[in-house]
Amino acid sequence: MHVIETDNLTKRFGTLVAVDHVSFSVEEGEIFGFLGPNGAGKTTTINMLTTILNPTEGSAKVGGFDVEKQDANVREIIGLVPQDLTVDEDLTGMENMMLQAKLYHVPTKVAKERIRDVLSLVRLNDAANRRVETYSGGMRKLLELAEGLIHHPKVLFLDEPTLGLDVQTRVVIWEYIKKLRDEHRITMFLTTHYMEEADVLCDRIAIIDLGKIVALDTPQNLKDSLGGDIIELEFNRKMNDQTKTLNSLPQVKDVKKIGDTYRIKVPKGEEALPEIMENMLKMNLRIGKVSLVKPTLDQVYLEYTGRSLRETQGETGEIWRRMRTLRRMQG
Amino acid sequence: MIEETIALTKREVKKWIKNPFLLFMMLIQPVIWLGLFGKAFNLTGFISVPPEFQGQFDKMIRDTFSGTTDYFTYMAAGMLSVIVLFTAMFTGMSVVWDRRFGFLNKLLVAPIPRGSIVLAKVSSSVIRGMFQVLLVFGIAFAFGLQVGHAFGILDFFGVLAALFLLSLGLSSMFLAITIRIKSHETVIAVANLLNLPLMFASNALFPIKQMPEWLQTIAKFNPISYAADAVRTFILHSSAGFDAAKVAVDFQFLIGFALIFSLAGILIARTGLRKG
Repeated sequence: MHVIETDNLTKRFGTLVAVDHVSFSVEEGEIFGFLGPNGAGKTTTINMLTTILNPTEGSAKVGGFDVEKQDANVREIIGLVPQDLTVDEDLTGMENMMLQAKLYHVPTKVAKERIRDVLSLVRLNDAANRRVETYSGGMRKLLELAEGLIHHPKVLFLDEPTLGLDVQTRVVIWEYIKKLRDEHRITMFLTTHYMEEADVLCDRIAIIDLGKIVALDTPQNLKDSLGGDIIELEFNRKMNDQTKTLNSLPQVKDVKKIGDTYRIKVPKGEEALPEIMENMLKMNLRIGKVSLVKPTLDQVYLEYTGRSLRETQGETGEIWRRMRTLRRMQG
Repeated sequence: MIEETIALTKREVKKWIKNPFLLFMMLIQPVIWLGLFGKAFNLTGFISVPPEFQGQFDKMIRDTFSGTTDYFTYMAAGMLSVIVLFTAMFTGMSVVWDRRFGFLNKLLVAPIPRGSIVLAKVSSSVIRGMFQVLLVFGIAFAFGLQVGHAFGILDFFGVLAALFLLSLGLSSMFLAITIRIKSHETVIAVANLLNLPLMFASNALFPIKQMPEWLQTIAKFNPISYAADAVRTFILHSSAGFDAAKVAVDFQFLIGFALIFSLAGILIARTGLRKG
């Protein structure tokens, strides 16, 4: 059964189409990622799937329930780790957890046990009775994650789970997310604009741009779809254009010359590189520099949207939101 | 519904109880109002009359000032209603915070009735208002509030009941007005806009009789007038008698106001919670 299923899901704000006829499905126990820049429609999609917003057009089902007509049923089985830090600063970690447990109708006795378990899982036991005000950004995010799990949801939505966190904390959170999936079979839907995150965590990725899904597959297939690796080489001295020579070599699919650098597309870089080097030597062509570039999601993104993810800019509202979140993280 | 409302109300109350600065401000604000306003504007003591006219003069003052010759007592009784207004004005403020920080979204995703979110905001505002009322009452007493000879515990509960109804109605009203507002500045602007007319177009600080006709008409529809009137009647309860009929009218109006505005306010606020 598909745990999440959308059919031409669309959301308009006035004339802006935030999410544009998006259709996809997520299997049980899968980690499914939405990858895209700020303002691509990731959070809006999450908001619709978590019943905060109603779709303008199309439909979506979570756990078999329609998000619009059976929103109460949907809310019972989902958990949300929002992009913003929403834990209450004025309360302690424990008080925050208890409040969350109450909101999800977890009996106090069971809640206490679970809170202890969950907090030790995210290593916040020692800080449980301190006010969240004194927590670092990473600790707050971990508490946020812990909150999302208190009621053992079937589906967990994670909106930019590691936004603004340092590398170490990010790795901790990744491990934790994987563990949850492996041990509890929780289906996860996450959004991110970090390539590495999508690559490390997700079973499948949808690349979303301007509200539309432009590609959807496993990270490996997406990278393979680029047609292989790139070998970049430069000769040790100026010479005439060698594009033709390089192109005639076995395994070489395509050659582009940019300045003095040749970009050679090959299916398997590790195998092609020694062979190319050998051929060059035979022809008495000496190589000055060489490097092997493995395909990354960044290049995949570039391929499908025509823009580099790092260059894209979201609309001002999103940037403002992001900046605020970052500011709070540092505070 | 009830369990969630209690849990959320607890959160709100914890938030301000744990804030020593806020508690200090809650204490200092009524001190300033009562001390500066109540003592400086001694309306009843502006004119001194020869002793042979004193009796007649006092009667005139009593007629105008609901049966007291002490302006401070008159004003302090009204101040209790005004302080309820002050607390109620900012019921919507915490919604703005919750919306900004995403806490509201978390509540909207939780399997709880939307009404409990709204109800928790109103009840925490009422709790805070009543807390302030007790504080102001104590301070006014220390500053020389003169209660009537027959003032007893029942009158005290009467005071609390009237102010509770006022607080419930006003909190719901302000929440409904500000529920869709997304910035603090706007909430403050709205609160300030409504604050002065509600406070001054009532008998809380000055007797209605002295006002121009049109203002008197407005004051007659102002719930603060009724609360202030009921509170004053209870506080000045003396052996000379107790105008039960007037208090009954006050309570009729207050109950109606609280009922209509809390029901309408909560319904409006509930639909206003959704983003779009």
